[in-house]
Amino acid sequence: MKGKTFMMFVAPSLLMMLLFIAIPLGLVLNQSFHETKAVVERVTTENCTPGFIAPTCTTETRTIPKLGADGKPVTVTDFVGFDVYRRVLDLDAVARALSPGGGGIADILQIDYWKALRFTLSFTFITLPLVVGLGLLIALAVNAIPRMLRGPAIFVTLLPFIVTPVIGALAIRWLFLGDGILTRAIEWVLQQDISMFAQGWTIEIMMLIYKVWHVAPFAFVVFYAALQTVDQDTLESAIVDGASRFDRLRYVVIPHLAPLIVFVSLIHLMDSYRVFDEIIGFASQAHVISLQYLTFSFLTPDETGNRAVARAAASSMLTMIGIVILLIPLLVRTWRMHRESRR
Amino acid sequence: MRRGRHDELHSLKAVHAAHGKQGRKSMIRKVLAAAALSAIMTASAQAACGFQNTVPVKSLTSAFEAWKAVTAAMAECGNIQSELDQNFRAKQPAAFAANPSLYQIGGVANGTLTPLVNAGTIRPLDDLVAKYGQNLSPNQLIKVNGKIIAVAMMVNTQHLVYRDDILKELGIPVPVTYADVLAAAEKIKASGKVQYPLGGTFKAGWDLAQDFNNMFVGFGGTFVKPDNMPGVNSEAGEKALDMMKKLSAYMDPEFLVSESTFVQKQFQQGKIAMANLWASRLGALDDAKESQFVGKFGVAAAPRAIEGGLPSSTLWWDGIVIAKNISDTEAEAAFRVAIEGIDEEMVKANNAAAIWLVKGYTPGKMAQGALDTAKGGAPNYASTTSMGLLHAAIGEKIADFMAGRRDAKATLAEIEASYLVKAKEQGLVK
Repeated sequence: MKGKTFMMFVAPSLLMMLLFIAIPLGLVLNQSFHETKAVVERVTTENCTPGFIAPTCTTETRTIPKLGADGKPVTVTDFVGFDVYRRVLDLDAVARALSPGGGGIADILQIDYWKALRFTLSFTFITLPLVVGLGLLIALAVNAIPRMLRGPAIFVTLLPFIVTPVIGALAIRWLFLGDGILTRAIEWVLQQDISMFAQGWTIEIMMLIYKVWHVAPFAFVVFYAALQTVDQDTLESAIVDGASRFDRLRYVVIPHLAPLIVFVSLIHLMDSYRVFDEIIGFASQAHVISLQYLTFSFLTPDETGNRAVARAAASSMLTMIGIVILLIPLLVRTWRMHRESRR
Repeated sequence: MRRGRHDELHSLKAVHAAHGKQGRKSMIRKVLAAAALSAIMTASAQAACGFQNTVPVKSLTSAFEAWKAVTAAMAECGNIQSELDQNFRAKQPAAFAANPSLYQIGGVANGTLTPLVNAGTIRPLDDLVAKYGQNLSPNQLIKVNGKIIAVAMMVNTQHLVYRDDILKELGIPVPVTYADVLAAAEKIKASGKVQYPLGGTFKAGWDLAQDFNNMFVGFGGTFVKPDNMPGVNSEAGEKALDMMKKLSAYMDPEFLVSESTFVQKQFQQGKIAMANLWASRLGALDDAKESQFVGKFGVAAAPRAIEGGLPSSTLWWDGIVIAKNISDTEAEAAFRVAIEGIDEEMVKANNAAAIWLVKGYTPGKMAQGALDTAKGGAPNYASTTSMGLLHAAIGEKIADFMAGRRDAKATLAEIEASYLVKAKEQGLVK
């Protein structure tokens, strides 16, 4: 395609990306270097609250935000450089943990950001092979059943993917919470009292299972479609050459699916690095949190109605950097394959 | 399973809408109104409103019994749309900051008042109180900076609720201190009468932090020093954490998801025998429609942490505020409607729903726990920015201690560090 024609085709999409991705990203980056503070003043005033029988009035000195002429709090915004990042990463505490006498890795993993990063990474990398493997397995299985039954089988297999993530997570949570039926069932089998929500690792296992259950159908559908285009001649000649079922899978089918395995991995990495719904659905905040949840919690107004916008911006930037780092190997691979195919 | 699902539904917003004769009625509203009013109207008497309201008014409040009664009484004036939402705390500051404000009437408590005052989104009520507040008692008027900014309708506090029948049967005297509570819990555990001897509003976050606040008060701690520096990393703080850990051993091991509704259900289903629970939840415990143990509950002051000390609790009030970013006409109508919602008639019809500050309230047997807690000297929860920030910091970090990931000393240090980050961001400390 000629350069000019190409540009005309991609221009609208580039414009959209500039408008909805690049500019907001730039704004967030800018926000992460600035801090907005309310201007406060110390005022001695009378405050009354209900007591029993008579009100309790006290005169005391309080620090309160200054309200401007328009009735809104007065704020000042300062450039603070990397201060906010330092605070989100809690580098002081990290240094303390790594210094002699500190608690080492165990201490670092208690700092919000690192705790979230640990969970996000382990969640991403444990589910990745399971999703790809299970998706492939289901695709092969469905491909092997009689043609007549395939339609219904595909439909049923796809169902988990259609369920809204939060709803799916909630449903699974209810199955296990307190005396949920599945908890009861496990208790009955093991003959001992079980609390799935009392410790972090059981919740984490439930989240992993949930994620695999939810996303495997996506991998399945992609792989199943690709299986339809496997070269039958090659397969038949492999049979003639005496290749076993496993050999055919290993040397014919998997190489054929390779680009799609990369594709599914790419999508899954991006998707699970943003893990958030599971945290809300399983109400796991007390035990495990993810990077997206951390950003969300910074943005939630605290008891004084204040949002930590700067810290939220910094943690979003860090999340984005994380995704880019994760995707680099796969993107490099895709690019190389693309170049080879053009040669 | 039932327990979990019920909690979820409870935290979803409950909306009910009622309209005057000339009110617009969309289909959806009618359905919602029919569904919600059927539940609410049974609780409130069909009292007529003192005037016919013609200005559309919306309210955003919490969703416990008392608010159901108050919003139902307000609805009688016509043109009122009430939103009862357990998550109102997260919604209210932004909704009131909009111009015009999304709601005219807000339901607040000590804690939730702070963000609205700080942002300047609620209006002083002195003139409206002078015009329409003849029936309000001085005790109901919340003053900040010398101006009336809210009208309280009830007080609320966490105090001891117990299964009277179980304690009597086992010959356990009503606990006065937390040492007594632990001893009683041990006996109840041994008897096997209930699944778990204790319940607690230990949900990670705000609830758990509030329980720490209560216990910290009991051990004589000071939350914030006059120069806004935190004071929780102290002996009282360590003792409070230690006591909470001891109590949690007698609770459902999933206590970190247990908020007020969860504890209420545990009581109603006979799973626990004792808990420090909000007074506002008592109505539901003695409600035959929900509870299997009506009339079997007793109340007492919040247990003391140290012999002869203060009850380990803080006093709260709930009341109404009026948004600033609305027209004066709307504000006037909203205030009249709100006053109508917390009048004597409503209180008489819903006497047991709360500990009302309104005339016509006669404290029943179940109000004794809150009264004794107050008489014992439990302090008011301070509506200050520093307290709000500290509460948030405690809420973030304390679950680590309860789950055994950090020791008490480290947790308290973390809480102070987190508080200082927030306090610096807001300019409270240098």
